[in-house]
Amino acid sequence: MAPPSDDLKLLGSWASSYTHRVQLALKLKGLAFEYAEEDLADKSPSLLLYNPVYEKVPVLLHRGRPVLESVIILHYLDETWPEVPLMPADPYDRALARFWCHFVDDKLGPAVGAVFASPSDGQAAAVEQVHENLRLVERELREGAFAGRRRFFGGDKIGVLDIVLGCGSYWLAVFEEVMEVKLVDPEAFPLFHSWLRDFEEQEEVKAIIPAIDRLLEYARGVRQMMLGLSTRQQ
Amino acid sequence: MGEAKQVKLYGFSLSPYCTLVHLALKLKGVAYEYVEEDLTNKSATLLQLNPVHQKVPVLVVDGKPVAESRVILEYIDETWAEPSFLPSDPYSRARVRFWVDFFYQRMVPPSYAIIRSQGEELEKATKEFIEVLRILEKGIMEDFPRKKGPFIHGSSPGLLDIIVGAGNPGTKAIEEVADVKLFTEEMTPQLYSYVHAFLSLDLVKNTVVPYDQVLEAIKERRMMALSSSKE
Repeated sequence: MAPPSDDLKLLGSWASSYTHRVQLALKLKGLAFEYAEEDLADKSPSLLLYNPVYEKVPVLLHRGRPVLESVIILHYLDETWPEVPLMPADPYDRALARFWCHFVDDKLGPAVGAVFASPSDGQAAAVEQVHENLRLVERELREGAFAGRRRFFGGDKIGVLDIVLGCGSYWLAVFEEVMEVKLVDPEAFPLFHSWLRDFEEQEEVKAIIPAIDRLLEYARGVRQMMLGLSTRQQ
Repeated sequence: MGEAKQVKLYGFSLSPYCTLVHLALKLKGVAYEYVEEDLTNKSATLLQLNPVHQKVPVLVVDGKPVAESRVILEYIDETWAEPSFLPSDPYSRARVRFWVDFFYQRMVPPSYAIIRSQGEELEKATKEFIEVLRILEKGIMEDFPRKKGPFIHGSSPGLLDIIVGAGNPGTKAIEEVADVKLFTEEMTPQLYSYVHAFLSLDLVKNTVVPYDQVLEAIKERRMMALSSSKE
């Protein structure tokens, strides 16, 4: 039974990988919280009040005060509830984790998003961009800072980088099906592939990530809408 | 206190991201070696140290490289404790990090747009830049209301002071080159006073690149951008 964690509330969106990051972190730390689903097409007064700058989820409210931006929230959780740490202890390892979190948010994530948004005849370039980024991750796992480490970037247990990279990587399988492209060939990215498989098998992860059918349905709907919009614009 | 570490910074003098790291190291009193990179002809060492982005700054501490200025700044803060760059309570730290992220996300694009544009596009980018500064001013006033000193952080400069302060000479140069007003005491009085306090420090004055060099670099960038857009 989770210990009382004095007034934690999460504003989120069920299909948002940024929201999943925070939900997973809360689960790993055993923190109880109230969840409020945001309809991003009809934002609640709370969302506009607590995140006026970006009007985005996730927003973590702790004792009524907002903490914003998923990676910042993960840091906040670690600093407020240091048991079950998400960040490594050593400053250099922390720097590595932060570096790769930025990589996910600045490079890999947008590249994957670009595949999804690409017109039917413009996929190849977007897919290559994803592969280029995945190659960098694979290289790091094979011969870089994380080479020879244990199952996860965080060690034996999931850490912040596993959470940040993992929550979102399930979109790869979804987009592969919806867009009919190969994004993660296990032969081309064996270490990434096996890491992802291990990540997705964790109990806490299984409890957080929505069922693939829901994600597929959602992605198909968004894709159709995008294509519909682009044909109308021509 | 542990043994002194071997610290080496790979950078480019005109990169404000590199200036940030110089400032952080100097504020912490860290002795370091500096290597100036020719960005048109990057050294094999740099490419090896930062294979992912192949960019400066890269800080190498006892042979281990750290890249990305934001990551480097937090690493410096955690490795050399005094003077601290972040508040001690988690909520205030989250707010500082939020505004650092905001600055990187929202400040950089309009500043680049101003450099390369004219007419309507320039006007639009200028308005955006001013609006971003206004949001930052309001946010900092709300989040850090009790002035315990001349800096956002308090009696000594912190992360936000360094980042906003280091960006200022570039902003000034852009104002001059593009003939626009971006950062004034009337528009953002709090930020203005914080930046002034930071740039008045001897340590900062001795670290930042001479203004005429910054101006020259921005002039050149604008000239190149405007001439290429005419082709």
